[in-house]
Amino acid sequence: MTDAPLVSVRDFKVGATTDGGRKIDIIRGVSFDIAPGEILALIGESGSGKTTIALSLLGYTRPGCEMTGGTIRVGENDVTAMSETERCKLRGVEVSYVPQSAAAAFNPSKRIMDQVIEIALIHKLMPRAEAEEHARSLFRALALPEPDTIGNRYPHQVSGGQLQRLSAAMALIGDPKLVVFDEPTTALDVTTQIEVLKAFRSVLEKTNMSGVYVSHDLAVVAQIADRMIVLKNGEVQEEGTTEQILHAPAHPYTRELLAAFEPVQHTPIEARGRDVDHPLLEVIGLHAGYGRVENREPTIKVLEDVSFTLKPGRNLGVIGESGSGKSTLARAIAGILPAYRGSVLFEGHELAPDLQNRTKKQLQRAQIVFQLADTALNPAQSIGTILARPLTFYHGLRGAARDKRVNELLDMVHLPKSLRHRLPGELSGGQKQRINLARALAADPVLILCDEITSALDTVVAAAILELMRDLQNELNLSYMFISHDLSTVEAICDDVLVMYKGAVVEALPAARMSADAQHPYSKLLISSVPQLDPNWLTSLEQDPELVAAFSRR
Amino acid sequence: MLKSSTTWLLVAKRLGIALITLVIVSFAVFFATQLLPGDVAQILLGQAATPEAVAGLREAMGLNEPAILRFLHWLTGLATGDLGISYVNHMEISNLIAGRLANSLKLAGVVAALSTPVALCLGILASMWRGTLLDRTISILTIAVISVPEFMIATLAVLIFAVWLGWLPALSYGVDVDSLGAILRAYALPVITLSFVVSAQMIRMTRAAMIETINTPYVEMALLKGASRTRMVLVHALPNALGPIANAVALSLSYLVGGVIIVETVFNYPGVAKLMVDGVATRDLPLIQSCAMIFCFSYLSLTTLADMIAILSNPRLRR
Repeated sequence: MTDAPLVSVRDFKVGATTDGGRKIDIIRGVSFDIAPGEILALIGESGSGKTTIALSLLGYTRPGCEMTGGTIRVGENDVTAMSETERCKLRGVEVSYVPQSAAAAFNPSKRIMDQVIEIALIHKLMPRAEAEEHARSLFRALALPEPDTIGNRYPHQVSGGQLQRLSAAMALIGDPKLVVFDEPTTALDVTTQIEVLKAFRSVLEKTNMSGVYVSHDLAVVAQIADRMIVLKNGEVQEEGTTEQILHAPAHPYTRELLAAFEPVQHTPIEARGRDVDHPLLEVIGLHAGYGRVENREPTIKVLEDVSFTLKPGRNLGVIGESGSGKSTLARAIAGILPAYRGSVLFEGHELAPDLQNRTKKQLQRAQIVFQLADTALNPAQSIGTILARPLTFYHGLRGAARDKRVNELLDMVHLPKSLRHRLPGELSGGQKQRINLARALAADPVLILCDEITSALDTVVAAAILELMRDLQNELNLSYMFISHDLSTVEAICDDVLVMYKGAVVEALPAARMSADAQHPYSKLLISSVPQLDPNWLTSLEQDPELVAAFSRR
Repeated sequence: MLKSSTTWLLVAKRLGIALITLVIVSFAVFFATQLLPGDVAQILLGQAATPEAVAGLREAMGLNEPAILRFLHWLTGLATGDLGISYVNHMEISNLIAGRLANSLKLAGVVAALSTPVALCLGILASMWRGTLLDRTISILTIAVISVPEFMIATLAVLIFAVWLGWLPALSYGVDVDSLGAILRAYALPVITLSFVVSAQMIRMTRAAMIETINTPYVEMALLKGASRTRMVLVHALPNALGPIANAVALSLSYLVGGVIIVETVFNYPGVAKLMVDGVATRDLPLIQSCAMIFCFSYLSLTTLADMIAILSNPRLRR
């Protein structure tokens, strides 16, 4: 490393104009340096400005934003003072970008190779044949399958993990001095994430490129970054080496972020006054699927022969990667997607497969909460109206009694009563998810099916929601069926865990002893793939390659 | 680019759907015209006709046959190019229409050739420089043109160019067309009026389709790879907006064949639309049916063509 930093950012500011024409500051005077060959991580929650800063290094701001002050220097270039044409020449050659979702960042109508070598062609760095050869060597370095022919495919013909590595090849083709990684593994499953992280790291180690790694996930960043900057509301909270941030955090906010990683052990509640011997929910040989129905079976089968029991007052976690059928299971139990075989017994009575044929009482006793409160809450209705509807529907409440109950519900989820006159769009993500939960509580259920309800939330907000759910369970004697791809969340709230893979339950485990008791190879693989805060975790991680090949769709 | 068999299967399927739609449409056209009030034989013979004469004529015209049989006769006739004989002047409908259709297609062709490229360029430019003065000017002008009814535009054009300025003839048919200049002058007013109406829609739809694609992450990615704005729009956004744009263009152009009645009337232009209106006035059912079928056919072929462009331009449909 030389003394002169490759990148220096001084008192940098970005402002945005809201739809209402109001000007607000997004980045409020940020300063940092990046040495040649160094990987710097920008850590923060949504809205902290980490992506805005990362994009500014390429001289780019999203529509509606503009750089309002300070300087950014990359190598010899003063990015802040450049014209748009000069910045175009910088992008891809000096600084390049690896996007958050490669699946969205690849043009669906062009072949992969044409997009990977586009930087070389735009900037006339090398002739086409040479660029293609270079791309193929990058494909090999990134451990992509069939490196000689993968470029001839279209983006929809390769998997998400492969696309993410291809997007790295796209960024590296111009041999840039700085690569910006914008949450490049957030959209991937954990088993896929490992492969991508390993590929990124081995490529970065071989070159002397500097990198900026944007992420909200401290454990992922710990594997790859030399230094970290913790951001909140567009300001630097703390800056330090990876070791120092992880082991000796100085700023309270950093400690808060780290605390969200502390494993929380769930203590089962006592089922008061309930018949604990008879299961609350019993699912026997459940099959469900989508598509055209042939011979009374749908053509696309998702769930196959799922069976489990849930006792009153206990919580059941369902874990698995995308496409494992965990959401379908919740939808089949709720009757939104009628199962075509098997049965669901709720409080001792068999439920009809589809919603229409269930009694109002059955519907009222089991409620479902969806992942995205944004789409689950009607944006045109006030919070009061949203909560009042189930009260009238299930309990026939009207007028003052209903108003009183709405206030109680808001109180239950720790929100002020004044919120009832607001629209969902005026609430924060965490507040919306609380309303989503309150709406389910309005029915007075004994079972709540929670479908990834903390996945779209920042870690600190998600931890608060889990805390709330625990309190509610103690007060109201509830049971949860908690679906998540995040093992630590499931660990924090559940008593038992089902591991799902390709629509089937591969193993049922006690939540507290998941890693110790796991026997099935897929459960082991899944559990060992969850990133740990230890910076040496990825290096020391040993997974059986045959196992990985058998179970992950990379 | 080599297309796989799945793509061609999709194209064939789309063509099959178009064919079925055409049969359904012909059914609707036939029975809708049957619903027109009044008895054809009675109208043809006039008020003084005796009931016997009317009955005789009904028999002779085959009007007493069940409607479904008459429909099948008519349909087989259509398929073999026999459009029937006019009730009013006993000429072959195909002869009546031929000249008019050529006129209509000529006008439509000139307007399409002129307005499509201009509209696409303006739409793409507006989306490329969204929010700038250029975009706003184009948007305001297109909204103005869409909001003003076409007979207004046509009448204003005649008033300004033919009456006040005297540059162009007000009627486009029957004037001397012995020189190229005269032809241009004769066509100028209807072409300008139609181009205005048709392009305004195309510009707005193209702009909307392009903006939707420009807002996708892969177009932002192109910019972050150092692509110029022109390259970003033409190479990355345009191919993905082709499907919706083709549909917008098809919808606008289909209007040229059937929906131009007002413009044809104002400029006394002898096209098919005017022929159809005359047919309605004289209750000439075979003529009305044939004209309606021509409109439907042109509409269907344009939308089918647009859908096929959308299928062929989408690599996700290839395996």
